[in-house]
Amino acid sequence: MQFGIFTVGDVTPDPTTGRTPTEYERIKAILTIAQKAEEVGLDVFALGEHHNPPFVPSSPTTMLGYVAAKTERIVLSTSTTLITTNDPVKIAEDFAMLQHVADGRVDVMMGRGNTGPVYPWFGKDIRQGIPLAIENYALLHRLWREDFVDWEGQFRTPLQGFQSTPRPLDGVPPFVWHGSIRSPEIAEQAAYYGDGFFANNIFWPKEHFQKLIGFYRQRFEHYGHGSADQAIVGLGGQVFMRKNSQDAIDEFRPYFDVAPVYGHGPSLEDFTAQTPLTVGSPQEVIDRYAAMRDHFGDYQRQLFLMDHAGLPLKTVLEQLDLLGEEVVPVLRKELAVNRPAHVPDAPTHASLKAAAATETTSVAS
Amino acid sequence: MTTRKIAVVSAGLSRPSSTRLLADHLAEATVARLAEQGVDAEVHTVELRDHAHDITNNLLTGFPSPALADVIETVTTADGLIAVTPVFTTSYSGLFKSFIDVIDPKALTDQPVLIGATGGTERHSLALDYAMRPLFSYLHAVVVPTSVYAASSDWGSGADAASGSLADRVGRAAGELASLVKDSERSGLVRDPFALDPSFSPVPR
Repeated sequence: MQFGIFTVGDVTPDPTTGRTPTEYERIKAILTIAQKAEEVGLDVFALGEHHNPPFVPSSPTTMLGYVAAKTERIVLSTSTTLITTNDPVKIAEDFAMLQHVADGRVDVMMGRGNTGPVYPWFGKDIRQGIPLAIENYALLHRLWREDFVDWEGQFRTPLQGFQSTPRPLDGVPPFVWHGSIRSPEIAEQAAYYGDGFFANNIFWPKEHFQKLIGFYRQRFEHYGHGSADQAIVGLGGQVFMRKNSQDAIDEFRPYFDVAPVYGHGPSLEDFTAQTPLTVGSPQEVIDRYAAMRDHFGDYQRQLFLMDHAGLPLKTVLEQLDLLGEEVVPVLRKELAVNRPAHVPDAPTHASLKAAAATETTSVAS
Repeated sequence: MTTRKIAVVSAGLSRPSSTRLLADHLAEATVARLAEQGVDAEVHTVELRDHAHDITNNLLTGFPSPALADVIETVTTADGLIAVTPVFTTSYSGLFKSFIDVIDPKALTDQPVLIGATGGTERHSLALDYAMRPLFSYLHAVVVPTSVYAASSDWGSGADAASGSLADRVGRAAGELASLVKDSERSGLVRDPFALDPSFSPVPR
């Protein structure tokens, strides 16, 4: 079981001071947060991709490359990489490059992006979102697995004898997750390829995602990648903690009340009841998240959103201390109890490399 | 024969509300018409006022509270819908439209709908035909030909030559809705939210 954090990279004023960080401050803060995630013992750092303010991370592999150089162990991922508006050739190259730079500590999460104008800015049409995700990923999948690719599709210039460079590290493509909030088509796509499926989980009630993940698990089995409970599932989450529950609520409420996405809407109490947002003591967070597998089945990756809504860097780093020291070690133990032996861990470069070697050996013998 | 389900949505804001009063008349008349044909019906009435905060929250967050999710389920899976709004500033009320906006645009396809409206004067009666009816047409609902508008004066006046009394109009509209509800199978349908379009393929064709 992997635990980590994901960030959307919003530049939001701190509502308690009215001060908005500069882009430089926010970018540096994200890089600090990523290093802190490794320091407190987390397994994954995932970065969003956006092309419109108030978000800064337009160039995720640049930032992840920096993090790779400053860390030793943590897996670098995305949340998400826009498979619709990016050229799949450039995604193939950027993430293969990052694999080499990061000694394989890389996977990637595909997403469509839901900001309408971004599509035409990149010459695409949002109404073609699903077909773009299907075609672009099919090309990306081949570019990482075939040395020379001939390609003709609906959305991109044809390729003749094209080789993307560098080739994936050790001939092993990065593991891919597909993130979706509501589209069964994307769950179907993830299942078809035997890739991971990530449910962002944080802005909607869990009942919705239970159904979506249940569907993905069924289809994973249908396509012959293993039993439904062996499908590779990731979940988002969102927490704010202080030693005393009431202190957490008092401190987080001003951020919650005006936060992008849900601000000025439901009360903190309603939103915490209806979504996985948990504001309280570390023990309350442990209780809430230890129960996730009762709803979704044993899963592979839990990512928390910790650094949005204008929370100051100092606060976020304190939160990461609590997450890494008090919450995750307990969750690791609790989620390991009664976890069936046949439920796999999330694939890593090492496990995929070993699997590829086994496959080659068995073919040779 | 199975019991038909009728959802009634009243967007009146005051209590008591003449919008709710008209909605109740329409529902009672529809149930009576169905009963005449030997069809049982149950009525679920929703006052949008009770869900106004949840509707706003849904607009902001993108998901309904559990209570609002139940309401949406009730409305979209009914065999017939009676939708009644006050006319505010030439059109349906903002609360009514906000409620429609949080429903999946495909969820009312083929649903038999009776539209009604209330207002202070008769002069707004066409709001039903230039606002309510196109709204439901866009959603591919089946709106019955007779819509019912009740001005304040209608509650105390008799028939006029052109359109009859309010009770006449209610009866005619209820008859039209009842005949569609009678044959509706909507409430018995099993809905699969993950049904993929048959043309969908996870790889390019």
